[in-house]
Amino acid sequence: MDTPLLTVRQLRCERDDRVLFADLSFAVARGAALQLRGPNGAGKTTLLRILAGFHPDYEGEVSRAPGPLAYLGHRPALSGLLTAEENLAHYLSLTAPGTAVSEITDALERVGLAGYEDVPCQALSAGQQRRVSLARLPLLGIAAPLWLLDEPFTALDDRGIALVTTLLAEHQAAGGGAIFTTHQPLAPRPGLETLWLGLEGAP
Amino acid sequence: MKIPGLFWGQFRRDGALALRQPGELANPLAFFVLVITLFPLGVSPESAVLAPLAAGVLWIAALLSTLLGLEGLFRRDRDEGTLEQLVLHGDPLVFAVLARLLVHWLGTGLPLTLLAPVLGAMLALPEAARWPVTAGLALGTPILVLLGGVGAALTVSLRSGGVLLALLVLPLFIPVLILGVSVAELAVAGLPTAPVLAWLGAGAALALITAPFAIAGALSIAVETG
Repeated sequence: MDTPLLTVRQLRCERDDRVLFADLSFAVARGAALQLRGPNGAGKTTLLRILAGFHPDYEGEVSRAPGPLAYLGHRPALSGLLTAEENLAHYLSLTAPGTAVSEITDALERVGLAGYEDVPCQALSAGQQRRVSLARLPLLGIAAPLWLLDEPFTALDDRGIALVTTLLAEHQAAGGGAIFTTHQPLAPRPGLETLWLGLEGAP
Repeated sequence: MKIPGLFWGQFRRDGALALRQPGELANPLAFFVLVITLFPLGVSPESAVLAPLAAGVLWIAALLSTLLGLEGLFRRDRDEGTLEQLVLHGDPLVFAVLARLLVHWLGTGLPLTLLAPVLGAMLALPEAARWPVTAGLALGTPILVLLGGVGAALTVSLRSGGVLLALLVLPLFIPVLILGVSVAELAVAGLPTAPVLAWLGAGAALALITAPFAIAGALSIAVETG
């Protein structure tokens, strides 16, 4: 139980002849959350993509505890023509086949979209689409111990931000870990750390 | 337990998507019908002129209309970000790829094959060649979709990959075209067509067991290049 969910040692990544980060080392323990901050172009998304295994062009060591991963990119990864329920059912067929449909309804209710199950996602607002995308988190829960979230607060209103904060806190309490990028820092609380990219010893 | 779930989950999703945008699949089919109806008008309505061309015209139109439908095969998934989720969670990816290609073939290759006997009559395709050509298309269109899928996956990251896609896959389509047309020639000459159809069947089997792996590999690379 004590091995960290994710350990990064001496990570270095260059992109277009520019060093995004070098000598980067950190770990995410169970029950911890890490917010990645830094100016645009500092390499926050690239770092998340490296951790998710989408970006093989780096030096250093990334070791991840076994088990599935929840990765939400900056695009909501929804098919506009399909309804919220169909999109999530497809996601579940990939991640947790055999899950009951009622869990999708519950997850949508959790993100404040009860009654929107049968609406095609292209008819939803940007914030609502973000919420459908976020409904994946309560669906997976601790089955995916590590969550990697790229700008999860984009397009969300205050209640949406509070919802993500609660989801993160619950996940941490259940023994999961999370890394997310953001420009809207969360209020300091135990188990929440901040990592700055691109600015040495930022404010 | 996981593999049938992967296949059917993807099949249901892609099937629902195809039914919700029927134009995407109807366009290549309409193109197929239009090209063929133009031949009697543009070349000659004489059956003596059309009959020797008929099988070739059917096959060329089938090939081009397949090509027309290929470009969008993975493009939307990439743009929406669902491809990332598929690569991340859909392991082994080949089964989702197979489901996607099956839906695509059911929407393009199959109706095209079913239309061939009717359109063949319009082109004065000799009676003896009607069913052999249809059988050839039934075996050949899956090869076109499978090989074309490799090209579509390789060019998915390119903004205008259409021409490159055609350059990549048309050379691979040529053996299928030659075999398909020779079926008609053999049938008209009264010779057995089974050996050539068997070659097409072997090609389809080979493509079925190799192309999905190539497509899965190409899609993983497409995700990595952002």
